[in-house]
Amino acid sequence: MVLNTLVDNPGQAGTTREQDLIARVQRGQNELFYELVKPYERRVYAAALAILRNEADAEDVAQEAMLKAFANIRQFRAEARFSTWLIQITVNEALMRRRRDRTVVMEGIDVRREEESDYAPRDFADWREIPSEALERKEVRQKLAAALATLDRKYREVFVLRDMEQFNIQETAAALGISVASVKTRLLRARLMLRDLLAAGWEQGWFSRLPFEKGSKPW
Amino acid sequence: MVNRDAVNCEQVWHEISNYLEGEVDSALRLAMNEHFRTCQRCLSVLEGTRNVIQLYGDERMIEAPAGFGRRLEKRLAQNARVSGRRWSTWSAWLVPVAALLLFAGGLHVANSLTVTPELKSEHAQPGWGIPADMQVVVTADARVFHVAGCGVIHNKQTERTLTAKEAIEQGYVPCLRCMREYLHTASAGHVALESEADAEVDVDDEREHFDRR
Repeated sequence: MVLNTLVDNPGQAGTTREQDLIARVQRGQNELFYELVKPYERRVYAAALAILRNEADAEDVAQEAMLKAFANIRQFRAEARFSTWLIQITVNEALMRRRRDRTVVMEGIDVRREEESDYAPRDFADWREIPSEALERKEVRQKLAAALATLDRKYREVFVLRDMEQFNIQETAAALGISVASVKTRLLRARLMLRDLLAAGWEQGWFSRLPFEKGSKPW
Repeated sequence: MVNRDAVNCEQVWHEISNYLEGEVDSALRLAMNEHFRTCQRCLSVLEGTRNVIQLYGDERMIEAPAGFGRRLEKRLAQNARVSGRRWSTWSAWLVPVAALLLFAGGLHVANSLTVTPELKSEHAQPGWGIPADMQVVVTADARVFHVAGCGVIHNKQTERTLTAKEAIEQGYVPCLRCMREYLHTASAGHVALESEADAEVDVDDEREHFDRR
């Protein structure tokens, strides 16, 4: 079986294997498409959720995006990253869905005002770094997700694409149809706000049950 | 514009994201490094922002609802089946349609070379080897075509001239009398008209034969 052949060959590089899968699907082996997109299914969902903020809509859009990717797989060119291509399709689908559902309030002037203003990060007396091992705990992931969900849409979208989906600045700008300068400004603001939210959460005891040593600031 | 020699807290906050992206020039980086050595608050902002990027950039932070993958796989499979069925349906239609088109195309081509019209008379018989551009005449309400001047042409006042090919295409059959030479070689299933292409080949053959001689 084709799939087993690929899986049973651990020496094959991931990208080579992906390229191979892409080529096979492009040649008509449709049954391999899910195998091709499976590594990215969560990222596709996350991108849709970042834009739509509604789990049901995000899942529907993620599925639609996958179907669209399948329908257009022959248009994919090897010079692009497949994951970026896939998520770009998802972002487009999500933006179209949002426009269709008219859930967005006009925010042109407010956006400019907010982006031009400087953001002063808060000074916290008790803040400690959250180690990545803490992500093993579901409640930590939920707290982080909840903090992200409180961000305004324009900051959340940029942050998710750049820091979670690992788009570069230019790709993020292109995906959202905004300037590189706007991406940088929004990214800075999103990161600083999340830092403040997590630090505040630390003060509020969000992470109090984590097995960290009590102590002062690490700096 | 940021002073590269010394930066204040606000300037550091403004550039901290670019600093972490590695998108500040070396002079500014040095100035910011110097600032972090002396400013606890900015250092906490730096470490906190770096922590945010590290945490949210972790694969584990990207979650999908339970069963998402299964539902996606199911929908893709359904889509593939529908696509396959669509293809099957198409292919099921395409084969006979293509065959029909090929047949029709073949007939058209054949008709351009050889004519097998519906004969106006069930007693008529097709001719054989009739030159396509041969001038013949037909008359109203008759079923046969004739060489001009044939003695058995009826209703001569309605006579009109056309080529043998046109006459055959319109369902006329050769006159038993004036077109006899083209009838005695006719046999069932054979073409009724000598094609122009065949005629050209024959001429070429003759020339070749003549040249060899």
